[in-house]
Amino acid sequence: MGSTSDDAALIAELVDRLGHDRVHHSSVDRALHRRDASLIDVGESGPICFPRSTAEVVACVQVARRHDRPFVARGAGTGLAGGAVPLEGAVVIVTTRMDAVLSIDAENLVAWVEPGVVNLDLSRRLAPLRLHFAPDPSSQQACTIGGNVANNSGGPHCLALGVTSAHVLAVEVVLPDGEVAMLGGLDPDPVGYDLRGAFVGGEGTLGIATRIAVRLTPNPVEVRTMLLGFGQVDDAAATVSGIIGAGVVPAAIEMMDALITRAAEDFVHAGYPLDAAAILLVEVDGPPARVAADVEVVERVAREHRVGSVRLASDAAERELLWKGRKSAFGAVARVMPNYYLHDTVVPRRRLVEVMRQVYEIAARHDLLVMNVFHAGDGNLHPLLMFDGREPGVLERVHAAGAEIVAASLAAGGVLSGEHGIGLEKQSFMELQFSSDDLAAQARLRAAFDPYGRSNPGKVLPLGASCADVASLRRVPDGTWI
Amino acid sequence: MDAPGPRPFRAALHELAAEVGDQGPVAMVGGRTAWDVGGSVADDVREVRAPEGIVSIEPAEMTVRVGAGTPAAELDAALADSGQEVVIGGRKGGTVGGALAVGWSSIRRPAVGPARDCLLEAVIVGADGRLVRAGGPTVKNVTGYDLCRLLAGSLGTLGFIGEVLLRTRPRPELSAWMRGPWEPGVEPRLVVRPAAHLWDGTRSWLLLEGHPDDVERSMGTLQAEGGQEVDAPPPLPPHRWSLDPSTLGALLHDDHGGFVAEVGVGTVHRDLPQPVREVGPAVRTLHQRMTALFDPSGRLNPGRDVLHR
Ligand SMILES: Cc1cc2nc3c(=O)[nH]c(=O)nc-3n(C[C@H](O)[C@H](O)[C@H](O)COP(=O)(O)OP(=O)(O)OC[C@H]3O[C@@H](n4cnc5c(N)ncnc54)[C@H](O)[C@@H]3O)c2cc1C
Repeated sequence: MGSTSDDAALIAELVDRLGHDRVHHSSVDRALHRRDASLIDVGESGPICFPRSTAEVVACVQVARRHDRPFVARGAGTGLAGGAVPLEGAVVIVTTRMDAVLSIDAENLVAWVEPGVVNLDLSRRLAPLRLHFAPDPSSQQACTIGGNVANNSGGPHCLALGVTSAHVLAVEVVLPDGEVAMLGGLDPDPVGYDLRGAFVGGEGTLGIATRIAVRLTPNPVEVRTMLLGFGQVDDAAATVSGIIGAGVVPAAIEMMDALITRAAEDFVHAGYPLDAAAILLVEVDGPPARVAADVEVVERVAREHRVGSVRLASDAAERELLWKGRKSAFGAVARVMPNYYLHDTVVPRRRLVEVMRQVYEIAARHDLLVMNVFHAGDGNLHPLLMFDGREPGVLERVHAAGAEIVAASLAAGGVLSGEHGIGLEKQSFMELQFSSDDLAAQARLRAAFDPYGRSNPGKVLPLGASCADVASLRRVPDGTWI
Repeated sequence: MDAPGPRPFRAALHELAAEVGDQGPVAMVGGRTAWDVGGSVADDVREVRAPEGIVSIEPAEMTVRVGAGTPAAELDAALADSGQEVVIGGRKGGTVGGALAVGWSSIRRPAVGPARDCLLEAVIVGADGRLVRAGGPTVKNVTGYDLCRLLAGSLGTLGFIGEVLLRTRPRPELSAWMRGPWEPGVEPRLVVRPAAHLWDGTRSWLLLEGHPDDVERSMGTLQAEGGQEVDAPPPLPPHRWSLDPSTLGALLHDDHGGFVAEVGVGTVHRDLPQPVREVGPAVRTLHQRMTALFDPSGRLNPGRDVLHR
């Protein structure tokens, strides 16, 4: 399926609805849209559509359905789990031409946006109102709000305020059968099930978000950003749970180990301590007395854990510089090695010390360089396994090490993903975290939205856990399916 | 290193699952404090109760694991020692599981968020009598579909909640209620964002929480604007309405009687229940499919309908 010749009738009908300029199907276009930002290389793209309205999204979905073709929504394609990778020649429905901020209600802290609005563009629009959209993925210069909703994305500043789900009030969705539903609402307890909450994090398998009401966050009265340098990774990791244990939930706690700190410093010249084995970037915000008290607690806990250097940003410019180093970290690693595989697991924060040790051991055992830059405050690990793709056999080592990191995270009481999602990347690991009954329940949620598996099929749930199997899964005795 | 794999359930949960079984109508009972929400269950339906008691408190993780049948007050008392709290709505005498199944949020929602966001992991018994784990054991998690959000507020119609892992938060050092003549939208600018703002059409009550110095400074600002400290907020009428917060001004002119409104949130407490709210055909279909898939024979809490709450 999906070869150019098979697509002629499908393309003709899509062109009929959207016009020539907004239906792309050359082999170059297909090649551009068969991948996301991950290394996953199994995609097969059908025609690529660029709708401008909900009605046009409905048309694309209906045309795909008439031609018995699945479809997949795509925002900026920065996903890291293969979520936007089209399978089976799926029609790719790109939202980037639906990029209007429709309304901003500063008094009630709500904005309606189209799904293709770029995350950072929204916060830039809000800045003069002293408001922002709290989720700030490191990819925020490129990723879309629709992608954030689909992946329930997080970012450094989601520690105190919560990930995307906590900031979405309502979503207009084109369902896989072409119907349009408004999920959630501006009122606090919309009637019925929380279908909004069920949709967020659905990774494009539950339909396409075409309008989103997001909660806006007032900028804090005061902000303090601290850079803490540690001689030992263990001490930095223990400081994280120490801060939380002391009753302080900072706005952000990010950790970077020595290799990536050096790479970022070379790139940005933020004045990061180059002799530190790990640094923590801790930000506290709120009213003045709260902030002053929290800064004191953070410093005290850090000193109890042998912190080597403490730097408190003295103004907004210095604060921005400290953050710039963190935010450009992924770009900076290209200077170390040509390729990296970025993992994403979560562990209970009190077990960060031991899991970090295991991550280093696993990488060493597979003869790989590893760098860590991550959302330490909520235990969300992001080990980057560094490699040179030209080296024969290296990818096998990278995958083997990755699987061990996943296993170590789960064994420590963690989960498979904190923000990148499951997509294609972690499907095969799902049975390590969930029983067949757990997966059957998830398959029911999916089937309620998409009984025939048209929307981004083949993602999230392991193959075999589709709802058609629900009845038979129930008959399998505990454990044997695993 | 232990081999990873799905985590086992404790015995009390297996017992609950066996009790629920896979045949015949069955109802989950909490504290019976919100028994009428979404319609009532017939008297002769077999009743089950969720396990009671706190399983573990992890202050440095800011989580607590608790049997869903635990009284909410008991959970609150147990967390007080570590200076933490879980803020879920629900009436006096209610259970943790009941509060989550009903899904009401506290009047402190502007500060603490909706009740549903506390729920990190739930162990439920499905209509087939089998145990299912929804969500995960960490404070951040996007592994698979978000069943926890679907379960919160589902009135037990998709599965019975047996045990939950909840996110805790630090208890505020100081809280104070201030009453004054402020209209919504024109209340004085404060360094502390109020944790609650109630309004009855003539007066406002603001809840200030946080560091004592910040709270006292904001109290001073409000006193200068005609406010005074009071012991408690006004009594809340029994019924909850859910309205777009930008429309609260219209409450002054409708003919449904008095109200206490949560400004900025849109929950309105009144003496009469809110008229049934309509949903569109696509949303109705999603509801029908959801119940048909999770509870094909309609045996869980029969008589309750989330579309009629
Ligand atoms: C360098 C780098 C740093 C990153 N940092 C972070 C981070 O800090 N935190 C984080 O959470 N993620 C991060 N990511 C991952 C990624 O940026 C996020 O998942 C982002 O939200 C994806 O948005 P997108 O517009 O690129 O979506 P895409 O990649 O285009 O799509 C992602 C998924 O969303 C679905 N989708 C897209 N739009 C819609 C829609 N309108 N309706 C329904 N489904 C839709 C797709 O089908 C797909 O399954 C990072 C990625 C990179 C490359």
